[in-house]
Amino acid sequence: MKVVTANRLLDGEVVWQGADGAWVELLSLAHVLEGKDEVAKALELAAQSIADREVVEAYAMDVTQDEGRIVPVRLREMIRAAGPTTHPELGKQARVSAV
Amino acid sequence: MYRYDEFDHGFVTQRTEQFKDQVRRRLAGELTEEEFKPLRLMNGLYLQLHAYMLRVAIPYGTLNGRQMRKLAHIARTYDRGYGHFTTRQNIQFNWPKLEDTPAILEELAEVEMHAIQTSGNCIRNVTADHFAGAAADEIADPRPYAEILRQWSSLHPEFSFLPRKFKIAITGAPHDRAAVQVHDIGLQLARGEDGNIGFVVFVGGGLGRTPMIGRKVRDFLPEEDLLAYSEAILRVYNRYGRRDNKYKARIKILVHETGLEELKADIEAEFEKIRYGVLRLPDEEVRRIEAYFAPPPLEVLAVDDAAVEARKASDPAFAQFVAHNLNAHRVPGHTSVTISMKPIGGIPGDASDAQMDVMADLAERYAHDEIRISHEQNVILPHVKIADLPALFDDLVVNGMAEGNSGLITDIIACPGMDYCALATARSIPVAQRISERFGGPDRQAEIGELKIKISGCINACGHHHVGHIGILGLEKKGEEFYQITLGGSANENSSIGEIVGRGFSSEEVVDAIEKLVDTYLGLRTAKEETFLEAYRRIGEAPFKEALYGTA
Repeated sequence: MKVVTANRLLDGEVVWQGADGAWVELLSLAHVLEGKDEVAKALELAAQSIADREVVEAYAMDVTQDEGRIVPVRLREMIRAAGPTTHPELGKQARVSAV
Repeated sequence: MYRYDEFDHGFVTQRTEQFKDQVRRRLAGELTEEEFKPLRLMNGLYLQLHAYMLRVAIPYGTLNGRQMRKLAHIARTYDRGYGHFTTRQNIQFNWPKLEDTPAILEELAEVEMHAIQTSGNCIRNVTADHFAGAAADEIADPRPYAEILRQWSSLHPEFSFLPRKFKIAITGAPHDRAAVQVHDIGLQLARGEDGNIGFVVFVGGGLGRTPMIGRKVRDFLPEEDLLAYSEAILRVYNRYGRRDNKYKARIKILVHETGLEELKADIEAEFEKIRYGVLRLPDEEVRRIEAYFAPPPLEVLAVDDAAVEARKASDPAFAQFVAHNLNAHRVPGHTSVTISMKPIGGIPGDASDAQMDVMADLAERYAHDEIRISHEQNVILPHVKIADLPALFDDLVVNGMAEGNSGLITDIIACPGMDYCALATARSIPVAQRISERFGGPDRQAEIGELKIKISGCINACGHHHVGHIGILGLEKKGEEFYQITLGGSANENSSIGEIVGRGFSSEEVVDAIEKLVDTYLGLRTAKEETFLEAYRRIGEAPFKEALYGTA
């Protein structure tokens, strides 16, 4: 199970690919991909988005689902999805609905 | 203090304009990310986990109140209200927007600052002893030479695309506070038999995945040969350094693979070709630059101050501050004050915009408008009257910067780690915070004495863990953070690389492991004066290993 993530070109904000291919700022709104074909298709869309100067450095990351909640497998991605663990007032974790 | 001349002003302004246009072209689609990335990196702009990061150069760690206030303004206006002082005496902002960076660079240029050569495979910001120009044990102020090296290395066309990055450090005192032996080139000022200034030269030191102590290539390099000899080293490195593998591309690998004698011969041969050319330093030019660093006029004053003594007797926190955060000054009645950026349980090296403003004010009021950033991620006021210490301390207390822990176990170096860094394999800062909390009691840390803990969140070793008396390296194992401990490292004039003590520890276990090591030391030291490092060097790793893992 994967989602595609990137950083937004303009401000570096962490984003994930949503259901309609548009980038979303919260992992909970990301589109979960099953199987190689879905991932490949999502990465193609992301490549187009890179060419359109919306995002940079897109890649697919592993996630699991816990009672419908999308949870990153790696700690690095958990931190990207939330913000610095040392600054709970900064990053996405500061938004009420983020985590 | 050194002031930019017209040439510097011209080229920094030009470079800012150039980057502004590069950002415009990137956003307009005229440059791809592949084309733009090296350009932004040359201007200190990285992309990290959450956002861009801008690394601003603080040449040889020296700045004044106006510049510090500008950094505060940038933190407040373009970032999230704080900055992070680094182990290379620079400052990093963790949240700038790409579209704002040209404006930030314009603001920096107003106070003669920039982000040039804070990244990329070039000669990076030259670092120096943070007590330069003030320390009692100094042969001479190393900063004029650091400045000469800065001018020579800035946009040096031959050395803008080296095999890998290149770091130079210089110290003016026999006691090395600039870690020169773990730099690509390390320079230690010395006096020759005729009384003239020269340099002991080390080459090929470095940390990262292959830590090495620099090898001495010259016992005494005369002052006039500084640039020609440096150029010779860089030429040999640029020609023979490996470009096939970035992990083997630093000059330390070249020294190791070529052998010291052969490499020395190569350097000397190159040096002979150019030593009488344009790079020979004219004496009047050195003296001209030296004049920019002329010390402030300091009156010789009484060393003992009754008010300071009385305050020490009545205020333990002040006494602790005086005991640990002062460095002997060359002018009696003065001292260099370390403002700790390591509050107990806090983030090593972070300063808020408000704190930066306060430090600017304090520098102007008490320290002849001079500020230094140390590679240990603290801030120094180099020229303070001893009689001013109580008033200065009171101001620091009000602003949460009065921790008297310089050189103690809570004065931890930590890289940003996985809380920010895209390369990190584990977090560093939370481990530093937990160690700081565990040992942060004033009596406990004073009892332990000098103990340098250094933490890196990956093998690249930005947190200098190899040269920590206790080093901690954060790695990832089966998706979990785990921490490897090294013992016996040091970055002074008796540098050594720490030895891995055994298997690593989980995040939950690591602070307990540190406490076992500390308690073992306390039980084994011959006297309070024997530091952790001295005790370790005397008795070896066996009792520490035993304490951590039991009998093997």
